Amino acid sequence: MERSFVARNPSVLWFLLALSIFTIVVTILSEALGLGLMSTSFLKTLGKTLCLCLVAVAMDVVWGYCGILSLGHFAFFGIGGYAVGMWLMYARTEGIVLTSLASAPLPPTPEEVTSAIGTQIFGVVGSSEFPAIWAFSDSLILQLLAVVLVPGLLALVFGWLAFRSRVTGVYLSILTQAMTLALSLYFFQNDTGLRGNNGLSGLQNIPGLESVSQATISLWFFWASALALGLGYVLFAWLVSGKLGSVIRAIRDNEARVRFLGYHVEGYKLFVFTVTAMVAGIAGALYYPQAGIINPAEIAPVASIYLAVWVAIGGRGRLYGAIIGAALVSLMSSWFTGGSAPDINLGIYVVKWTDWWLVLLGLTFVAVTLFFPKGIGGLFDRLVRNPDGGAR
Amino acid sequence: MRALLFALAFLASVAAVTPSANAQTLQSVLQDNAEAVAKPARRTVEAVLAALSAAQLEGVPEFLESWRDRNLWQRNADGLFFVAAEADGGLVLTDLDTGAESRAENTRDFSQIRPNAGVRRVIDAALVQFLLSDPDLNRRLAALDAISRDPAEDQLEPLRASIDGEGNSTVLARKQQLERQLTALYDADPAARITAIEALSGDLSVEVRGILSRILSARDAVAAAIPEGVNVAATLTPGEDFDMATAYARLVDADLAPATVQPADVNAALIARIAEGSVAGVPVATLNTEAARVAAYRTLVAAGEVPPFITPDEREAAIAAHVFYQAYNEPNAEVTAAAEDAQAAIATRLAAGQAADLTLDALSLASIYFLAAVGLAITFGVMGVINMAHGEFIMMGAYTGYVVQLFVPDYTLSILIALPLAFAVTFGAGVAMERLVIRWLYHRPLETLLATFGISIALQQLAKNIFGTQARPLTSPDWLAGAWVINDVVQISYIRIAIFFLALIFLGLILFILKRTRLGLEVRAVTQNPGMAASMGINPDRINMLTFGLGSGIAGIAGVAIGLYAKVTSEMGSDYIVQSFMTVVVGGVGNVWGTLAGATMIGFTQKGIEWFNPSNTLAAQTFMILFVILFIQFRPKGIVALRGRAAGD
Repeated sequence: MERSFVARNPSVLWFLLALSIFTIVVTILSEALGLGLMSTSFLKTLGKTLCLCLVAVAMDVVWGYCGILSLGHFAFFGIGGYAVGMWLMYARTEGIVLTSLASAPLPPTPEEVTSAIGTQIFGVVGSSEFPAIWAFSDSLILQLLAVVLVPGLLALVFGWLAFRSRVTGVYLSILTQAMTLALSLYFFQNDTGLRGNNGLSGLQNIPGLESVSQATISLWFFWASALALGLGYVLFAWLVSGKLGSVIRAIRDNEARVRFLGYHVEGYKLFVFTVTAMVAGIAGALYYPQAGIINPAEIAPVASIYLAVWVAIGGRGRLYGAIIGAALVSLMSSWFTGGSAPDINLGIYVVKWTDWWLVLLGLTFVAVTLFFPKGIGGLFDRLVRNPDGGAR
Repeated sequence: MRALLFALAFLASVAAVTPSANAQTLQSVLQDNAEAVAKPARRTVEAVLAALSAAQLEGVPEFLESWRDRNLWQRNADGLFFVAAEADGGLVLTDLDTGAESRAENTRDFSQIRPNAGVRRVIDAALVQFLLSDPDLNRRLAALDAISRDPAEDQLEPLRASIDGEGNSTVLARKQQLERQLTALYDADPAARITAIEALSGDLSVEVRGILSRILSARDAVAAAIPEGVNVAATLTPGEDFDMATAYARLVDADLAPATVQPADVNAALIARIAEGSVAGVPVATLNTEAARVAAYRTLVAAGEVPPFITPDEREAAIAAHVFYQAYNEPNAEVTAAAEDAQAAIATRLAAGQAADLTLDALSLASIYFLAAVGLAITFGVMGVINMAHGEFIMMGAYTGYVVQLFVPDYTLSILIALPLAFAVTFGAGVAMERLVIRWLYHRPLETLLATFGISIALQQLAKNIFGTQARPLTSPDWLAGAWVINDVVQISYIRIAIFFLALIFLGLILFILKRTRLGLEVRAVTQNPGMAASMGINPDRINMLTFGLGSGIAGIAGVAIGLYAKVTSEMGSDYIVQSFMTVVVGGVGNVWGTLAGATMIGFTQKGIEWFNPSNTLAAQTFMILFVILFIQFRPKGIVALRGRAAGD
């Protein structure tokens, strides 16, 4: 089975090969283990980009293969980040609090420690009590489970409600967007217990690894991100190459016909929606420790639309297309908006890329939608002439 | 109080004897009473006040304020008085009559005049009297406002005295109103107070509510038995009205029971007795739980070194032996009963008023949502095109208004120009977008969403590049500036009323265009069956273009309206886009009435949720969206669902 799967999907091998080579090259260039030609901050950017690629792959499966334009997958990504961020913040604050309480005349009781941590973390929103959702924040295992389970559960409930009442097409997109907006507004509130618009910060400091340099930690996270992307890619490639892949593509192309053929369309859609949400959560959990900070603005509806933009530019219905789109657009965005791109002097007007990049991106996007509906991945098709190639 | 009455009587009599004394100056009057001014006493100060009143001079209230605030100084050399302020070791002198400023380096040449507290009270009362009878209307009103902000017992008599001479009917009404309020608070005769309180019970104003709650202010008290003569508001039961710990804490506060030993006390006692790494024979390192600390403390108790814990039984017994009650600060029970009645009467009307206010708020929010969404109801609802740039069309309309105001300074005129211009600009933008982008994507609705999103981010950034990131004002004309105040609870700004009527006009206009005009007929034909419409001689391209332009143009006008009450920023569109889609989807796609129903439902739901938690509008929005998501479960086609063939699919 496995052999035939690889044989049918040579692109998976090619992708894994490229990813491995990329990882090795980056490791050789890195500060921690290699020649030190690459700064730690750039290493982090690359690691973050791999996480974005992973969530883009998930988005591609749910949209490009199953035809559900979800405008909520970046929210699942953010939830994953929050879940792991809660443990990071709790554990690190616990360390700080224990150090400062060590000099007290009496050894601290568990209650004193908890209340001191609460004051440290929630002082910014004028509270010192631990909200109920932080109940498991002291346990890494449970929070890591939450990274998968919370987005999964949310997607399951939301998807069940939406698919069951046959909300499809643009209506579903609007509904998922509403869900994302509700979620980000909820996270923005101070009394939610996630520190309102302050978000969670200091996530780059990993508790228990204080003695390890950021350069090394960044490299570890880069490896973890590369591993997650590789595994996620293989998982999804395997999923979409089998019978399930055929059914969900059929659902994308004509949902009613698949239903008449006796398939339980809602079940398939729900499965795809939930699994991709879980993968998005994992990607977020790897992304935010590298970013160092997460706040509700990250999960605003526009972020999820950008995710769709990446997938569309890269090419829907091809997993590598999503990766190309996500990597290309996010790296170009950070290059252009970071101020390192040279301004263009037109004589009468200086084009500053920080101001004009979004205009260019928006127009590019319109052009891609109009003229290259298959995205960059479509160009590969012309070269390879893959008869099995992707979406309409 | 008696002294004051005496002063007033004196003042009146002197005024009668010397009707005009214009030759006098403030300084000369003061010099005539120099001794009494410089060394004021309660007995002598009244004569000075009477003289000042008789002289009918300007600037007396200011002088009285300076006198009271110890800003009056006397020059030792010639005994002249000055208003002075200490500065840089010297004095800045202000002449009482001319107001000319001069500077004196040596403070020792002057003596500061320091009236004592009793004198200052008399001056204060006189000051109120002076201000209340001031010839300047505004100063009289200001004095009344000052009284209303901070009512005090000794203002009642001057206020009553000033009512008779009042010529202006507005001020008179205000004086009588305040007189009633002060009577309710401070009159010596309880019957008069009760009458005044009953008269207040029809008044919804914040002022009156404040007065009533002042009369009804109560303090928590605890005693072995309720003492005689206390006006009890309520008797409280520990365990029901508050928990036992609070009850005991109150006993401790009232010195009726020994203090409990708090965890902090335990810690302090233990820390104080640490010796060689242990306390009471327990190693310090093991004291890392509450239980261990309590055990160690008990050892100390047994040794008699520290006060013992209060056992639950002792606590129960102490609480049972006492009565917890709330006592009114007002001793007269009849007065408080009347105030309670008045408060209850006001509360009923207040609830009704607040409900009316909430309804108005909800209506106004609904009309804003309707305005923002009605353009979408056409492009999305009728044509099925999902336009993520709709919000940016709203923003374009608002910026058009802003630019017009840059060139046309008259606000009424500029709004009148801005409305059609905004329509024209966004109509053009909409037509261009339809021609260039959307018409290629009619069969790929999901990609329309993405392409229009691309346009949306480009337009947003473009606006940022042109107009900057800070909010720009769109000023409404003066006649729209105020608010329609029905009473202290129910009021609504004229802008919101205007938006409401604008929404109504648009509803009528769009219904008219869709149902009664040739264009509307063709739009409906193309929507239902483009092929058939084309074979009837309708040009679907042209109709699609015009329809899209119409929807976009309405967004532009909505932008002007929204910009009038909110700030114009490049991001204002994205604030409305999701809600607008919700409105259209909830209402029922393809139906303008549905959009109206959707906007009404969302507006009322959001305001209704805010009613429960007024401090948190974010929560209201969150729950509103959740509500909408659930609502769509039960009516996937919206409130006003199309039936039969028109429903499509």
